[in-house]
Amino acid sequence: MKRAAFSSPWMPVLLLLPQVSIIFVFFYWPAFEALESSFYLQDPFGFTGTFVGFENYLTLFQNSEYLRISIFTLVFTVSVTFFSLAFGLLFAVKADKVIRGASTYKTLLMWVYAVAPPVAGILGVSLFYQGHGLITQLFGFFGHEFVIGVNYYDTGFALIAVSIWKQVPINFIFFLSGLQSVPRSIREAAMIDNRSSSGRFWTITFPLLAPTAFFLLITNITYAMFDTFGVIDVMLRSEPGNNPMTLTYKVYVDGFRGGDLGGSSAQSVILMLLVLALTIFQFRLIERRIHYT
Amino acid sequence: MTVTDTFSTPPAVTAVKVKKRFRVKRETLIDHLILVLGALFMLFPVVLTFMTSSYDNLAFAKSGLQFGWSDQFFENYERAMFETSGFTGAIDGVSMLTNSLILGFGFAIGKIVISMMAAYAIVYFRFRFATLSFWIIFTTLLLPLEVRILPSYEVVQGLGLGNTYTGLIVPLIASATGTFFFRQFFRSVPEELVEAARIDGAGPVKFFIDILVPLSKTMIAALFIIMFVYGWNQYLWPTLITTDEGMFTLVRGIKNIIQSFTDSSSVPEFTVGFALTTITMLPPVLIVIFFQSWFVKGLTESDK
Repeated sequence: MKRAAFSSPWMPVLLLLPQVSIIFVFFYWPAFEALESSFYLQDPFGFTGTFVGFENYLTLFQNSEYLRISIFTLVFTVSVTFFSLAFGLLFAVKADKVIRGASTYKTLLMWVYAVAPPVAGILGVSLFYQGHGLITQLFGFFGHEFVIGVNYYDTGFALIAVSIWKQVPINFIFFLSGLQSVPRSIREAAMIDNRSSSGRFWTITFPLLAPTAFFLLITNITYAMFDTFGVIDVMLRSEPGNNPMTLTYKVYVDGFRGGDLGGSSAQSVILMLLVLALTIFQFRLIERRIHYT
Repeated sequence: MTVTDTFSTPPAVTAVKVKKRFRVKRETLIDHLILVLGALFMLFPVVLTFMTSSYDNLAFAKSGLQFGWSDQFFENYERAMFETSGFTGAIDGVSMLTNSLILGFGFAIGKIVISMMAAYAIVYFRFRFATLSFWIIFTTLLLPLEVRILPSYEVVQGLGLGNTYTGLIVPLIASATGTFFFRQFFRSVPEELVEAARIDGAGPVKFFIDILVPLSKTMIAALFIIMFVYGWNQYLWPTLITTDEGMFTLVRGIKNIIQSFTDSSSVPEFTVGFALTTITMLPPVLIVIFFQSWFVKGLTESDK
């Protein structure tokens, strides 16, 4: 807390009112509704619901489709997180190293941050377009007929590829700024001690980047699970069918298309618990380096 | 190799030097190669789409994305901007662009204003519920829109805010990151300033407007850039809350427009769709490129 403070009794209330009322109306209320209706079985047309306890959750866990989507979400999240972090780190290390053209490379590698996920989805659709999409043709050249929207694995591959492409810039930006904050003296000392540049990287630079990497790990998992909604919605052309999708997209499909309020709410609650777990994990890691008073 | 060796055999030294210089050069070359490939990897989908937007629709239907430049550029962009489309015919590029700008500005300004106010209350006032308020704001991180899609929609509909700018913008502007960003900055402002202001008889309002806001200018600019791009690119919430085509933003409308282009005519109008895609990307991309240093600063500092 700041030491010298004003002490007006109503002023802070007034200042906090807009933020807090938005949170209560648009965050807590819906979250509470989701929690409540996850215990009810609703008929799709009315507001009459019967209390069914944990039945919605049990149905979900016994549903083989939900299991399949969970597995896809896991594969999707792990691949998107791993590859976009790896590419971001690789480009950041190289951009930090070169002298000529450093700022040009930096701009070229970061600007895709500004492309919206659904727009990335459109670019993806045109590259993976059936018949003459460039990447489709590339696959055809190697003897694989790539059919997006029909073949489960092909569609999954396309979703993962586009989501990685969209996420590389942010990882690049954070890794680069992390690298540039490594003190010059440490680099020079390392240079004297270890002549191999890859040896220097793994023993000195990488450990110093660890806090950035942990932060990005959480950011990327969150991105893959939630922010890829636009990519998925556009690339599946709103036709979920038997296509791969993430748990988040499933909440939307069941809630809005299927009209399954109870099931969709139960899924929402499961996702809330996941976010809670991620946040706790994140703050336990951050606690070790930043101390809040 | 020992020191005496180098002195006794000068030719070996030159050989080593040459070899070393060559190795360094090759390493630099590989670095550049990786960076060029990376830049191409990022550029190529967008550039191809942009190039294809200058072709006629038949070209894409026949042979996919084009590498080159054709003569349909102005026609495609004009149609993307001014031709009405959609199911009701109430929508064209201009109306979507306007809505996108309203969302972008409303989102960014709204977030900045309410987070600054909240951070000011938390940092500069001594009151009973300070810690509680902090935690209330913190919990928004636990409840991203994506985990409460359906009930949020129902609440906003219930309040009669569907298809309104209020319903589109207000539920999105509560911001833990924004509040923490300003909180962190306010705490770094020297304490003497607030003491001096108090001695001079400035109240909390005067201190905020005359001293704190001018001091935060760079912070505000950095956050504004990030939030504008973020707001412009919103997809899920506009998809839920705007069903009236006149309310569509570019990012929200583009999927429907491309669908109606491709469904309605005999030759799908892809290249007009690509023109619209380019228009959708352009403003945020330009902002990120031109305000790059502020953007990076705001991004890397707000999350620490």
